[in-house]
Amino acid sequence: MIEKMKKNRFLFEELVKRDFKKKYKRTILGMFWSVLSPLFMLLVMAVVFTQFFGRSTPHYIVYMFAGNLIYSYFKEATNGGMSSLVSNSAIFTKVNVPKYLFLLSKNVSSLINFGLTLVVFFIFVAADGLPFRWTFFLLLYPICCLVVFNIGVGLILSALYMVFRDIQYLYDIFTLALMYFSAIFYTIDSYALQFQYLFYTNPIYVYIRYFRKIVIDNDIPEPSFHLLCAFYALLVLIIGAVIYKKYNYKFLYYV
Amino acid sequence: MVIEVKDVSVRYILGDFKDIGLKEYVLRKIKRQYHVKEFLAVNGVNFSLEKGDMLGIVGSNGAGKSTLLKVITGIMVPTKGIVKVEGTIAALLELASGFDGDLTVRENTYLRGAMLGYTREYMNRMYDEIIDFAELSEFQDRPFKQLSSGMKSRLAFSIASLVNPDILILDEVLSVGDGAFRKKSEKKMLEIIHGGATTILVSHSLDQVREMCNKVLWLDKGRQVAFGPCEEICDRYEEFLAKK
Repeated sequence: MIEKMKKNRFLFEELVKRDFKKKYKRTILGMFWSVLSPLFMLLVMAVVFTQFFGRSTPHYIVYMFAGNLIYSYFKEATNGGMSSLVSNSAIFTKVNVPKYLFLLSKNVSSLINFGLTLVVFFIFVAADGLPFRWTFFLLLYPICCLVVFNIGVGLILSALYMVFRDIQYLYDIFTLALMYFSAIFYTIDSYALQFQYLFYTNPIYVYIRYFRKIVIDNDIPEPSFHLLCAFYALLVLIIGAVIYKKYNYKFLYYV
Repeated sequence: MVIEVKDVSVRYILGDFKDIGLKEYVLRKIKRQYHVKEFLAVNGVNFSLEKGDMLGIVGSNGAGKSTLLKVITGIMVPTKGIVKVEGTIAALLELASGFDGDLTVRENTYLRGAMLGYTREYMNRMYDEIIDFAELSEFQDRPFKQLSSGMKSRLAFSIASLVNPDILILDEVLSVGDGAFRKKSEKKMLEIIHGGATTILVSHSLDQVREMCNKVLWLDKGRQVAFGPCEEICDRYEEFLAKK
């Protein structure tokens, strides 16, 4: 078992290196593009929406940034993850390697991008005059959940994409809809209470909410809220793992 | 017994499921026009190899040779039967694929080494030797896509063969490179075999099989026609080809 992990580690490192190099070849700014893109999005949203929601929402820029931060990471990681099987099909039909490694290696580069954006986020937090508290360390919890969640969604999507290539377009529409349902630039207070609860069926909103509670509201979420975070992450991970287990030797028919 | 293949069959599916979109899939399911053809690419194959054996697999196109190799390397699982393999496998199936054109020769070498299951320390030690054998010293830091196809195959062969696997699987690879390299690679192969490795070779060149193998497996449309000592089976196969 340990032997196997060690073997796979070398392959994993080489795959991560490859994905990184391929992603940023011939770009001068390299990985900073990935940090700039959520910042541009934030800028656009700030220009457009501050008029509408900015006055009633305290720390509106940080509020939006928290939403963008989580949403962008989710979108980038799952979009990248979706193609991980298809783009490596030349490899897994010729060499016997664990297929999930391709997905994990893609996820590493989006996680690093997320980390960089997170640093920028904290700069914004400081600039907005919000104090840094020890509770900020609790943010590691939703981040871990999100990493697992993204891997799970990536497993499901990459398997689907192997079979149906039009998932790509459907997923674009899905993520766009998800953005509007995740309360990134508005608050859910204006909805009736029963509708407000509906937002908790959206895992991305749940993770965003955790961030806002800690950073803006200085409030530690309840234990049940923590359970909800973990529940979504584990649910998709288990579904994804089952699909991979079941189709492990069938993917190659679809190449 | 290093490799034991017992009554192995592999079902392959072909048909509508590939390259159709979600809409087509749903429509065909509703109209009951969704057809998947199944056929046995490998049908009831039996053989076993001892340490140091060199097996040649012969047969026309579509005989199931590559599928059988995929089962032995663990890329596919048999629908029926058992495959038992002892030791590390280095497989060269369709050589130059699986390399990444954007990475350099050096990076590709490490990536391929990792895929074949070697450790980083081992690759560090073997790297120079691999590059020397492939005669690519001047190209180490060039992007892989700039190499000629012969160079690519040379590199693939060098990586797989220089790391002394217990089992080496070669699918149509000994025809790589120019004459000089072919000689060198055949010599290397014999060295590996004499070193005690078990080798499986798929080749359309009967001369090559005669020269190198001690056992031959003859497949036709997935079925095993014969398995046995090299000369005997090769003669029968040649007769069969002549009659066709």
